[in-house]
Amino acid sequence: MSVTLKSAAFRAEREAGWRELEGLLDTVERRGLASLDPRALARLPALYRAALSSLSVARAISLDRNVLDYLESLCGRAYLAVYGTRRHLRGALADFFVRRFPRAVRAHRWHLLVSWALLLAGAAAGFALTRADPERFYAFVDAAYAQGRGPTSSTKALRDALYAREGAAQMLQTFAMFLFSNNARVGLLCFAIGFAGAVPAALLLFSNGLVLGAFGALYQSRGLSLDFWGWLLPHGITELTAVALCGAAGLAVGQALVFPGGEERLAGLARRGREAGVLALGAVALFFCAALVEGIFRQLVHAVPVRYAVALGSLGVLYAYLFTSGRADR
Amino acid sequence: MTAAPPRPPPGPRAPRRAAAGERVKEVVTPEGVPIRFTVALAGDRAAAFLLDQALMVLALAAVGLGVLGLALSGVHVAGDLALAILVLAWFLVRTFYFAFFELAWQGQTPGKRRLRLRAVDARGGPLSAEAIIARNLTRELEIYLPVIALFSPEAIFPGAPGWARLGALLWMLLFGLLPLFNRDRLRVGDLVAGTIVIRTPEAVLLEDLSAARPAAAAPVPFTDAELDVYGVYELQVLEQVLRGRGTTGHAEAVQTVAGTIRRKIAWDGPPIADEPFLEAFYAALRGRLERRLLLGKRRESKHDRAA
Repeated sequence: MSVTLKSAAFRAEREAGWRELEGLLDTVERRGLASLDPRALARLPALYRAALSSLSVARAISLDRNVLDYLESLCGRAYLAVYGTRRHLRGALADFFVRRFPRAVRAHRWHLLVSWALLLAGAAAGFALTRADPERFYAFVDAAYAQGRGPTSSTKALRDALYAREGAAQMLQTFAMFLFSNNARVGLLCFAIGFAGAVPAALLLFSNGLVLGAFGALYQSRGLSLDFWGWLLPHGITELTAVALCGAAGLAVGQALVFPGGEERLAGLARRGREAGVLALGAVALFFCAALVEGIFRQLVHAVPVRYAVALGSLGVLYAYLFTSGRADR
Repeated sequence: MTAAPPRPPPGPRAPRRAAAGERVKEVVTPEGVPIRFTVALAGDRAAAFLLDQALMVLALAAVGLGVLGLALSGVHVAGDLALAILVLAWFLVRTFYFAFFELAWQGQTPGKRRLRLRAVDARGGPLSAEAIIARNLTRELEIYLPVIALFSPEAIFPGAPGWARLGALLWMLLFGLLPLFNRDRLRVGDLVAGTIVIRTPEAVLLEDLSAARPAAAAPVPFTDAELDVYGVYELQVLEQVLRGRGTTGHAEAVQTVAGTIRRKIAWDGPPIADEPFLEAFYAALRGRLERRLLLGKRRESKHDRAA
């Protein structure tokens, strides 16, 4: 009877490589890939592939459970180290804003169009309904959100709300409240809720439009239309675009779920979900910009023409960015 | 690296690969080799989440203390401003905490690292930044919405009748509790991003039982007929018994198993102590089974009559 088995000889032959890989993995798991010196870094993929080959062979010829378990876990760890995310945060961010986000927007331009249409339809409905009966304002606008404004407010009070002068602390507070309490959350919710089949996302978009239309009608009834839109649009362009983007993301996720097409439903959901996640994250960045404009610029600049100029400028810059950035090196 | 203590030998029928309730998920690497991972338990994931949540609250508390420190050191901080800073900080932490760590630590957050969990791509590809972002943005839907609905329903559906609230709450809870309803413990974010959360693997390479200690005396002659009473399953149970050296109950286990084998093969060879006998039997059996394996005949267990 031969004392050395084939599997034992196989193990003796390969064990040094396994141990070396294990040592590298210990370092990587504790201190990150960056801590490896260039030579070790170059060794890692080679050792990983060798371990995979060992695993395949061992599965065929070895009955040593410990060796099989060990190789399985070694390959698993190496796989995670080799194929985990590798981007540096800064590089990932730059890539995100220059290429990934605008591309995702372009890929979802029909979803974006639909969600803009829903928003505007909501706004038109809110406007028409509130104009017909001012009391409906209360049905569309939450009391906390209206901050005391309503059909019973005096024209002067309504006007003052548009031209408020605030201190620095107030500005930051507006900025923070804006982000937290209102639209960023609505937007993220829009994306997340897309998982429930797109209908809630569409509803959310529509009802957001209703609020906008109700305010529009309120100010229109006092002859303050020009001032109101001048107040809203400088940040509103960015903000509403962001809301529409989140809505588009929600619609895309919902679409993947309800109409999977030729793909397997879960696989399609995973693919669309990732793309839609890019939209939602980009929208968060847009909410930031809108919040800056709302918190600071709007309190400082009160000239109506300047406000409109800024609104137009933001429209041009934003859509030029979304529809051209990262196009060249596709 | 932890040097795991040798596990106590399980009973002869104990399943070896994974404890009860654990599920193994096979991931095919880009090289085409399937690797098995253990799917993380729902409890572990909940614990990791709570740990992360606690860290988020701590971060917020740190910001609060910073503001307080500023105020105490004489800088005038209005109440409104302090509140605004806190609200802003909470928004940032809540939106980016998970995505930041999973990006920086390759699918792990502090909580996941503590509990040895990791998010990976369910289909074996690299874990992309988009997937990380998508799987964490859905937490709004899964966690925060049900929590808000639970504790301040007025904030979400003002003026709705009670039954509508209850219905909405149940509907929201359904999304939050989704991991409990599928075998791979996927939450909504995992479905949307195509990821899965696994236990980070760990195993230690022990010595080869067949090579390290060749039976001290002359090799024990077992006949093929004697070896053919057992299959792979029995071989690997025997391996676990032999690797249990140094644990309590090892001696009795060896004695029981050696007695069983001797009876089973009607052993009448030279008298030999239990442990060397088992080691020799292990080496011989493994050699026999592996040789047959090379010929394409794998005998799973003693009940496997086909091979």
